[in-house]
Amino acid sequence: MNLLSIYGATAQGLTWTIFALGVFITFRILNYADLTCEGSFALGGSISSVFVVSLKLNPILSLFVALLSGLAAGAITGLLHTKLKIPSILSGILTMFGLYSINLRIMGQPNTSLVGNKSLIFMIKDILPTADELGIKDFTLQTGVVLVVGLIFSLVAIAFLYWFFGTEIGSCIRATGNNDTMVRAQGVNTDMIKIAGLSFSNGLIALAGALVTQTQGYADIGMGQGVIVIGLASIVIGEVLFLKAKNFAVMMLAIMCGSVVYRIIIAIILSWGLDTNDMKLFTAIVVALALSIPTLLKNKSLFVRKEV
Amino acid sequence: MLKFNGVYKTFNHNTVNEKRVINDLSLHLQRGDFVTVIGGNGAGKSTLLNLIAGVYPPDSGSILLEGEAITHLPEYKRAKYLGRVFQDPMMGTAANMEIQENLALAYRRGKRRGLRWGITNKEKQNYIEKLTNLGLGLETRMTSKVGLLSGGQRQALTLLMATLQQPKLLLLDEHTAALDPGTAERVLELTQQIVSANNLTTLMVTHNMKQAIQYGNRLVMMYEGKIIFDVSGVEKSDLKVADLLKKFEIVSNGSFANDRMILS
Repeated sequence: MNLLSIYGATAQGLTWTIFALGVFITFRILNYADLTCEGSFALGGSISSVFVVSLKLNPILSLFVALLSGLAAGAITGLLHTKLKIPSILSGILTMFGLYSINLRIMGQPNTSLVGNKSLIFMIKDILPTADELGIKDFTLQTGVVLVVGLIFSLVAIAFLYWFFGTEIGSCIRATGNNDTMVRAQGVNTDMIKIAGLSFSNGLIALAGALVTQTQGYADIGMGQGVIVIGLASIVIGEVLFLKAKNFAVMMLAIMCGSVVYRIIIAIILSWGLDTNDMKLFTAIVVALALSIPTLLKNKSLFVRKEV
Repeated sequence: MLKFNGVYKTFNHNTVNEKRVINDLSLHLQRGDFVTVIGGNGAGKSTLLNLIAGVYPPDSGSILLEGEAITHLPEYKRAKYLGRVFQDPMMGTAANMEIQENLALAYRRGKRRGLRWGITNKEKQNYIEKLTNLGLGLETRMTSKVGLLSGGQRQALTLLMATLQQPKLLLLDEHTAALDPGTAERVLELTQQIVSANNLTTLMVTHNMKQAIQYGNRLVMMYEGKIIFDVSGVEKSDLKVADLLKKFEIVSNGSFANDRMILS
């Protein structure tokens, strides 16, 4: 275990923060386990890679288009659930499933490498002095760029979400996740609110997919597989780190920390020699345990006082 | 002001569980009426309120509110005209949100919501005043999460939320049934206070005959989806629980003892 791998893990965690925030919107705010994210994450990645590799367009533009595509993907899940009354999890799975074909169509192949093309990171590195001039290793410089880009995107997203969820519409989304009957009784079309929330979440997730693609230098059709668990792990770790967080901004900063800590934990465990193929099982077990803590605690208290 | 004309509602159509819950029901309310609705389980009291609120549409018949047909208007659209308090104290509020945030949501009932900030400082002052009037000390807990409040406090808050924007019609669906007797009494007093202060037209469903007699200017008894007894004015104020029981016994062929009606 060395400092360099922690440095790399931190940078990676920051580029994944927006993804975790997207999952947070559906899972914690809207109270909706949305599996669309696995498809929309890869959708953002596919679009971003094709923009840079085949179309030779500006990678920053690709982030915007990815965002828009994610908004559309989330809206489809929302429509399936609210208008066609398909159960919430199934709506997400259907969109995710369909997106697999769409993503393959977009890329035309299962994966796309950005090597030799103008990715976001290389564009920024072009402006900066070279690693040699700075007297550091190229890896250090590149990771540094990723880290700063990730941090800026995360902080801007947090600031934006803090504002958005404080507005009238944002308040309605939060309340709908709590109690949609009450929100309808207050004259709000909760179907539209759910569609907006899902759309918004998946827009962020697709943006994250594009950002991750730009920073890791490739997009893969399977890049979205199981990512919801990584998002949940980041949220849960963040919540454990900041147990007393009540302020919404602090809760989101906690998720950013959770995303970074998750990557550091993975880096440490890998350095102990755990097979990378076992990583998903490990993450699944950790998340399952973390999510069951409230229930386990409740059962314990039931055993303690058996009155009533 | 409310005209409920020849409404039918059947649940579980064409199944063994088919049940006609509202059977050719007509009910007209005058402005300023405080009507208590009483009846046994399955009499259709809650269904009546849900039909007015638009939780589901009627099979046939029409519902008019101040001349406007609301029969098929979606629930969220007619919410503009209606204040609602539910039987379950958890139903009327958002537990993970602050008291003031809940009030702010209710304050915007029937108004366009946009990207303005969800609550303003000016409003907060108004909420503090209104909460002080409730006399439950909630005005000092504006930023507490509603989930921390007791059932009675939540019902009182829901009542305030339902009337923050003056509704054309206040719908109370057994809103004290889940509370202990003392708290129920307090919430009913608050109800009376708020209804009188704003001169609200009110429809209050209850299981409790004594309450039904004590409150309001008109009493309606339901049985099997129909109104079987409708009194107001002096006749109502002279009414006794025994009279109601007798009435109920006649229509139900003496099976009322099985019912969960509260006789005290």
